[in-house]
Amino acid sequence: MKTDRFVITVIGVDTVGIVAGVTRVMSDFSVNIIDIRQTLMEDIFTMLMIGEVKNENFILKDFQEKMTEVGQDLKVEIRVQHEDVFRYMHRI
Amino acid sequence: MYLTSEEILETIEMVRMENLDIRTVTMGISLRDCSHPDIDIFNQNIYEKIVGKAENLVSTAEAVEDLYGIPIINKRISVTPVAIAAEACQSPDFVSVAQTLDKAAKEVGVNFIGGFSALVQKGMTNGDRRLIESIPEALAKTERVCSSINLASSKAGINMDAVALMGDVIKKAAKLTADADSIGCAKLVVFANAPDDNPFMAGAFHGVGEAECVINAGVSGPGVVNSAVRRLKNPSLGEISEEIKKTAFKITRMGEMAAREVSQRLGVEFGVVDISLAPTPAVGDSVAEILEAMGLERCGTHGTTAALALLNDAVKKGGAMASSSVGGLSGAFIPVSEDAGMIRAVNDGALSLEKLEAMTCVCSVGLDMIAVPGDTSASTISAIIADEMAIGVINKKTTAVRIIPAAGKKVGDSVEFGGLLGAAPVMNVSAFSSEEFIKRGGRIPAPIQSLTN
Repeated sequence: MKTDRFVITVIGVDTVGIVAGVTRVMSDFSVNIIDIRQTLMEDIFTMLMIGEVKNENFILKDFQEKMTEVGQDLKVEIRVQHEDVFRYMHRI
Repeated sequence: MYLTSEEILETIEMVRMENLDIRTVTMGISLRDCSHPDIDIFNQNIYEKIVGKAENLVSTAEAVEDLYGIPIINKRISVTPVAIAAEACQSPDFVSVAQTLDKAAKEVGVNFIGGFSALVQKGMTNGDRRLIESIPEALAKTERVCSSINLASSKAGINMDAVALMGDVIKKAAKLTADADSIGCAKLVVFANAPDDNPFMAGAFHGVGEAECVINAGVSGPGVVNSAVRRLKNPSLGEISEEIKKTAFKITRMGEMAAREVSQRLGVEFGVVDISLAPTPAVGDSVAEILEAMGLERCGTHGTTAALALLNDAVKKGGAMASSSVGGLSGAFIPVSEDAGMIRAVNDGALSLEKLEAMTCVCSVGLDMIAVPGDTSASTISAIIADEMAIGVINKKTTAVRIIPAAGKKVGDSVEFGGLLGAAPVMNVSAFSSEEFIKRGGRIPAPIQSLTN
């Protein structure tokens, strides 16, 4: 079975419920969390998560739309990108 | 950890703050099997072929955009030079072909279709002549069609008859689109040594040595390079070059990956990735500002050519390391109207047409998106083209001219195209005549390949 990994980036002001909100969507879409980190990007709170998908019926567009919706509620910016873009860009 | 936070954040920042994008994914489609003496049947053939090949281009590119979170700004099509594909048609002009291309572009949802083109570096066939004479009307009657003519090459020299003809054609195109700031001329470019696989408009066409259908990508990122250079603390020029190389490498890797994904999903051969710093009117997304970041007060002052040479070379080196399929133009573009820093330099009196010409000796294209007074004579335009062709032919590089003699405008006015084409201040041209020189016609012979001083 094909496994896809996605990097989920949350950028914005740290508030209560961000992790809960994001992980709930991941769970709804059967996205397994394999890594979670917090850091600062130019003094802005940033959370990085790596999620793994094994479900063949996973529709990326729906997942991204749901994440955008949650992001709007929490007033943060959420991006979902395939891991390859980071691997290709920085590693030979 | 197989991905570091720094790597992830660097990529995110490039897209969020520094306008990193894939500027265009361009599908090249051969029209050579569409020939027919009856132009109506020919038009039917090309329409069906283009729509058939490209029907999923836009949706596929959008899906890849979502997958990687990297914007693909434009989806476009290039076709076999129409002068070749339509040569057999028994018709006095090719305007209806341009209209068919326009219709096909609208049907599949691409914003430009390139290839209303002819390759006449040594001479013109009847088809070439009919195509060139159709250009002004074709550009006035269509919205998305781009036209390009190759007038010179290092192997053939410069076709001065065609150079003279293009001066008239550009003037006519300006006149026929006078009510829209002569936008027809923004969709028309003349070349020396035109590349067959260029994905960027207005000069994209599907060269005669190309496959049936290919995907070429144009990757950009002046904003990313600008930020990278500005982050360095008091760097030497060697360090600047190193930083640009690394940045170009990353941008190219990203572009190639996305373009390969698009081509794989479409089942179409992957062609090239063209790593060109193509500015946009957005703040910071400017080639002029990169040159200024190196220590020039304004783009266009003394030292600009040297700075641009460094930039262009470093971009090529980074790109060539990142991908074995680098092609097209690959370097830095210096279009005036599309670059806020260039516009400012012209308005401040720092950048002149003459300096731009010198800069084209070391960058990847040429005099691009330059507005000149509407009363500039056809022979002066031809002479500007001839100078630029000479630079390309002698230096064995691509050069181009996309010039807009803006109808009714004078120096100090500006033209407004909107969108990616931006706005251009009208620049001064020499008041002295070149008419007799241009009238002579004939061919400037190909240059000697030795004694290279």
